[in-house]
Amino acid sequence: MIELSNLSKAFGANHVLRGVNLEINKGTSMVIIGGSGTGKSVLLKCILGLVSPDAGTITLDGRDVTQQDRDAFLARFGMLFQGGALFDSLPVWQNVAFRLLRGSLKRPKAEAREIAIEKLRRVGLTPDVADRFPAELSGGMQKRVGLARAIAAEPEIIFFDEPTTGLDPIMAGVINDLIREIVTEMGATAMTITHDMSSVRAIADNVAMLHGGKIRWTGPVSQLDHSGDAHVDQFIHGRAEGPIEAVR
Amino acid sequence: MALLQALGALGRATLALLAAIGRVTLFALSAVSHMVRPPFYGRELAVALLNIGWLSLPVVGLTAVFTGAALALQIYSGGARFSAEAVVPQIVAIGMVRELGPVLVGLMIAARVTSSIAAEIATMKVTEQIDALTTLSTNPMKYLVAPRVLAALIVVPLLVAVGDVIGVFGGFAVATGSLGFNPASYLKNTVDFLEPLDVLSSLAKGCAFGGIAATMGCYFGMNSGRGAQGVGRATKGSVEAAAILILAANFVLTGVFFSL
Ligand SMILES: Nc1ncnc2c1ncn2[C@@H]1O[C@H](COP(=O)(O)OP(=O)(O)OP(=O)(O)O)[C@@H](O)[C@H]1O
Ligand SMILES: [Mg+2]
Repeated sequence: MIELSNLSKAFGANHVLRGVNLEINKGTSMVIIGGSGTGKSVLLKCILGLVSPDAGTITLDGRDVTQQDRDAFLARFGMLFQGGALFDSLPVWQNVAFRLLRGSLKRPKAEAREIAIEKLRRVGLTPDVADRFPAELSGGMQKRVGLARAIAAEPEIIFFDEPTTGLDPIMAGVINDLIREIVTEMGATAMTITHDMSSVRAIADNVAMLHGGKIRWTGPVSQLDHSGDAHVDQFIHGRAEGPIEAVR
Repeated sequence: MALLQALGALGRATLALLAAIGRVTLFALSAVSHMVRPPFYGRELAVALLNIGWLSLPVVGLTAVFTGAALALQIYSGGARFSAEAVVPQIVAIGMVRELGPVLVGLMIAARVTSSIAAEIATMKVTEQIDALTTLSTNPMKYLVAPRVLAALIVVPLLVAVGDVIGVFGGFAVATGSLGFNPASYLKNTVDFLEPLDVLSSLAKGCAFGGIAATMGCYFGMNSGRGAQGVGRATKGSVEAAAILILAANFVLTGVFFSL
């Protein structure tokens, strides 16, 4: 279980997170929604220790993350970055198999390559992509390679930052199914950021809305349409009129 | 009032400089500590050796040959003013080996290697590749920085040695080709004149300059600001810092080797 309490982060005068409280239970899928620039990506980076929070605590299975052995902690995680963040000096398959080619999870090269190709297939990419370089791929293909890399070592906890942005509707469906499958079949814990409401409904067990640096509303996805919160209603129906200002 | 403000500004600038020196020193120490602790990334080291060493050879060779040749011409015409044309071999040897070889190779490495390391690492930082490395349980200091700095420490002294030899050869070619020196006695004068300390100081400078060049590239890259502008600033800053530090270190090392 991941537990965030009173998490705050400011960049200079820009107070992005102002006391976030959230629990993500083991083996469940949490989807974070919220306007652009509200700090969703920063929230995930805080949990991974890529951004150090100004205040508040993050615990994983009851233990403060700053007290844990960093390598062992990170080995439990996979992350898809919003921009893909593929290593452009390495071919696609070595990106996907990065963890399997070095460190504690190291395997023979041929085996790592096979796993990479299998993961690429699961995100809808053919084996001939494996030997290309990231710069030769389209944006959506890069996103899917990033996804394959995040799941390659079969981590317990996976963060997806906008997994379906930039994908065609069919591919978005494939990715939604994949994320759902990883949670239900492999028992992984997932935290997904998305702006795509159909994705929210397909992936989520629980939904949390980030607004004004705090969790505005959180609850099971079945309650999303009856949240009774004007902010949530405006957001999920994409209305320009409402409590959330259009200019931020 | 104006005086106080000026003093205040001076104080702040001094503090900022000291803080920067502290950060760079810690960064360099951390890079060294990662060189000696496993895991080691052999492939990264090999690539860095190739990029910093082998691929710099043309630039280093051309720089050295023209400098050695010009040096021979200068000393010949300058020496003629007090009938000392005969010292060309000795002065070319000393000038190239003790001073110009290491400094020019160091500056060319700052131009060629520091800039490319800084731009590459800064781009990785800006596109979240450094964050991605961390999440994939790979320490960027160990995977990106340590191999590059280690490669420079190993290979830049060798480049300096090559530069020294080619520079001396440039002087030799001009002196024997157009200034009328006898090839055999030119070489004999050069070899007899140089002392082991001259060569040692040259290699030691190469090692120091290589370390400075690679460390500055990595430091500015890892601390790059956001966006294309951040990459541009990091690259510019790294080359400026590397060049100035190389020249300052050259002064200090020359003092250490030859005046103490
Ligand atoms: N490294 C950083 N330095 C300074 N400001 C930052 C940094 N990272 C993020 N920010 C700021 O934090 C705020 C939140 O950014 P974040 O990327 O988390 O937004 P987001 O909710 O993921 O938005 P989007 O949906 O558009 O991806 C933004 O105002 C951004 O400018
Ligand atoms: Mg984001």
